[in-house]
Amino acid sequence: MKIMPCPLNGPRNISEFACGGEVEHLPPPDCDHAAWIDYVYLENNTAGVVREWWYHTPTAYWFVAERDTRTDEILRTWPAGEFLAEFGEGR
Amino acid sequence: MPFALLKHGLTRHRSVPDVFPEPGELKDSYDIVIVGGGGHGLATAYYLAVDHGITDVAVLERGYIGGGNTGRNTAIIRSNYLTPEGVKFYDESIRLYKDLSNDFDMNILYSERGHYTLAHTDSAIRTMRWRAEVNKHFGIESELVMRDDLMKMVPQLDYSEDVRYPILGALYHAPGAIARHDAVAWGYGAGAARRGVHIHQNTEVTGFEITGANGHAGRVTAVKTSRGTIRAGKVLQAVAGMSGHVAAMAGFRLPLKTVPLQACVSQPLKPFLDAIVVSGSLHVYVSQSSRGELVMGGSTDPYGVYMTRSTLDFKEGLMMHLLEMLPFISEVKLLRQWAGMTDMTPDFAPIMGETPVDNYYIDAGWGTWGFKATPVCGKENARMLATGEVGDLIQPFALQRYHDFNLVGEKGAASVGH
Repeated sequence: MKIMPCPLNGPRNISEFACGGEVEHLPPPDCDHAAWIDYVYLENNTAGVVREWWYHTPTAYWFVAERDTRTDEILRTWPAGEFLAEFGEGR
Repeated sequence: MPFALLKHGLTRHRSVPDVFPEPGELKDSYDIVIVGGGGHGLATAYYLAVDHGITDVAVLERGYIGGGNTGRNTAIIRSNYLTPEGVKFYDESIRLYKDLSNDFDMNILYSERGHYTLAHTDSAIRTMRWRAEVNKHFGIESELVMRDDLMKMVPQLDYSEDVRYPILGALYHAPGAIARHDAVAWGYGAGAARRGVHIHQNTEVTGFEITGANGHAGRVTAVKTSRGTIRAGKVLQAVAGMSGHVAAMAGFRLPLKTVPLQACVSQPLKPFLDAIVVSGSLHVYVSQSSRGELVMGGSTDPYGVYMTRSTLDFKEGLMMHLLEMLPFISEVKLLRQWAGMTDMTPDFAPIMGETPVDNYYIDAGWGTWGFKATPVCGKENARMLATGEVGDLIQPFALQRYHDFNLVGEKGAASVGH
């Protein structure tokens, strides 16, 4: 069983969670076409350490996890507020 | 036979037939370099040689032939997709598949079984009817069959109503088939090698030399590999799960996520299941191979990793659902399990054709639908590389479609939640 250390609920089975994709900058509303395409469709698809949004479905709780996509190891998690305070609105 | 086996077992040097003659050192330059020696890359090399007489071609493979997703899929071939673009494309692939054993002079064990996509809800019945009508419009055998008829056609399934998802009907696709996937890779590879194509295994691409401003609208001039640099006239990348990684080396990004798809086979059983049975609601597909093994797959993993590990979650989920369909196999043992790294697009359709780099072409986004497309991809890629024209069949799958907000929306794709 793969365990996700949830900042709110503690260690839980990963089947209770959904991955929300890599943390990205939301482009400003007046951005150009290419920036919007970039944000909506294009992926880094990183083979390595990524920071992603994760969602604990039973408690409807969003947070950020740092994970290595080559080894499937979860390295660190933050409550969304702490992550944004540390890294600002984006990464 | 047993004595021959014994003899070879006791001697040091066994005579293994040389399917891929070792081309030796890399040449300084090739007209066409194909990155990725899976089914798609090898088929492209094969049709370049056969259809267009172009043999100054190198296929570069990091591992060994057939070791990637070509040897990791569940070998199902069908064309009953939902979009007109998808239906026409995969139907051409089936047409080519039927002649492959003859073309290769090698038996790929192509076996037409009939493909049943089960419907468990009224809305699924509606979608099946829609798919059947789209399919029939393009001349493909595809019918909606309701429960009473289905019980006679596939009597092995549990039709009771006290299950989570009772079976209401199915989309029946008579030409649905399975084939031996390794043989497809070997047939294309051997056919290409025999005609002069160089297949370099254990050769990893590490970068590209690209001229032009910031890699945009540039031209690729050379391919850097773990065994040296090769000048290249044109380059095709066909690397499935590593598509994003290789495209990044060529200087552009793709709308792809790499997600593992797991599968497994049971111990061999006497033949009892002729049909290929799929259920989208239960996330199951199952067929019985000519060796008697049940070949089983489910849905892609819930999140992406660059690994081919298997998980307990996958097996628990798959078996729970499979036993709802086939309760009598509960004592059957699992024999092997594995995973492949799929390159999933947001619209479940592939990415084929031109890229932001002039003479650099792509064959990616094959998610869970790549094996069945192998022949048509090879044919169309070869035509594109030889003539520079992007054929009508693959035009809708251009990378440009994301920039035009003109997605394909292939909801007939398997093992994905829609």
